[in-house]
Amino acid sequence: MHIPDGFLSHSINAATFVISFGACAYGVKRVNRNFGEREVPLMGVTAAFIFAAQMINFPVAGGTSGHFLGAVFSSVLLGPWASLLIMTIVLVVQCLGFADGGLTAIGSNIFNMGVIGALGGYGVFIFLYTLFQKSRRGFFIALAISSWLSIVMGSSAAAIELAASGTSPLKVALPAMAGIHAIIGIGEAIITTTAVSLILKTRPDLVTSYVKKGAPYEKTP
Amino acid sequence: MKRRLDGFVWIGLGIALLLALFLSPFASTSPDGIEKVAETKGFSEKGENWKFWKHAPLSDYTLPWIKNEKVSTTLSGLVGTLAIFFIAMGIGKLIKKR
Repeated sequence: MHIPDGFLSHSINAATFVISFGACAYGVKRVNRNFGEREVPLMGVTAAFIFAAQMINFPVAGGTSGHFLGAVFSSVLLGPWASLLIMTIVLVVQCLGFADGGLTAIGSNIFNMGVIGALGGYGVFIFLYTLFQKSRRGFFIALAISSWLSIVMGSSAAAIELAASGTSPLKVALPAMAGIHAIIGIGEAIITTTAVSLILKTRPDLVTSYVKKGAPYEKTP
Repeated sequence: MKRRLDGFVWIGLGIALLLALFLSPFASTSPDGIEKVAETKGFSEKGENWKFWKHAPLSDYTLPWIKNEKVSTTLSGLVGTLAIFFIAMGIGKLIKKR
């Protein structure tokens, strides 16, 4: 759902840039409080994995393709604020290095995939996980639903920006964007739950959001 | 309990590089969600008229001097994956607590 140059109006681009920039600035502060020596290489490897996985477009209905986003995936591993920064790094490199996503739309793309995808997606995850009383099964249900929703919510935000820019009316853009991304989101949910369950099996200490019943994971100082 | 990270980081980076190496050249080339919507709803030409940033070195995930499309995609994926690894780690290092 990388928006290219030309789709959005300057005022929408400016507004989302200000919001995204503010969120990232606050994110730096939050990450600074939590990150130690240990999290630094994890941030590198998570971002590298997300970039590589985003290159692999899989076919979905009607001659359309979609790819993994990884916003909820990295939120569950490293926390939502680190995830926002990871998404931002990936988006900036894709834009400047690979002409994927417009430079004028960078604020909107960070907003849709970072602020909505990572922060919003994580909010949904925590809400559902708590609702399921932090059971193991609840963890995976919350993970599947929130990663699916992160795609639907992010693409809906893109549709609202397109409508507010006068590019396509909301009643056309919203169902079209949310509809196709509801299918792409199924791929997101499958990849996210599979990847996280593999990590949980081999290195449960790296999935910071997972709470072992009776013995919450202790954060290293 | 503080386990070493080296193993996980190398394995994770290895998986990312394998994805870029072996899967990226076989990725679907169909338009993605927003491109498809732009086509069917008739606003895709809005994105083709101009580009603000014209100096992307690996535009559209290709190395301009390599003719073979699949090789070009694979190599650009390798370069990008490694670059992102070091950039993200560098930024993490800058903002971690001291």
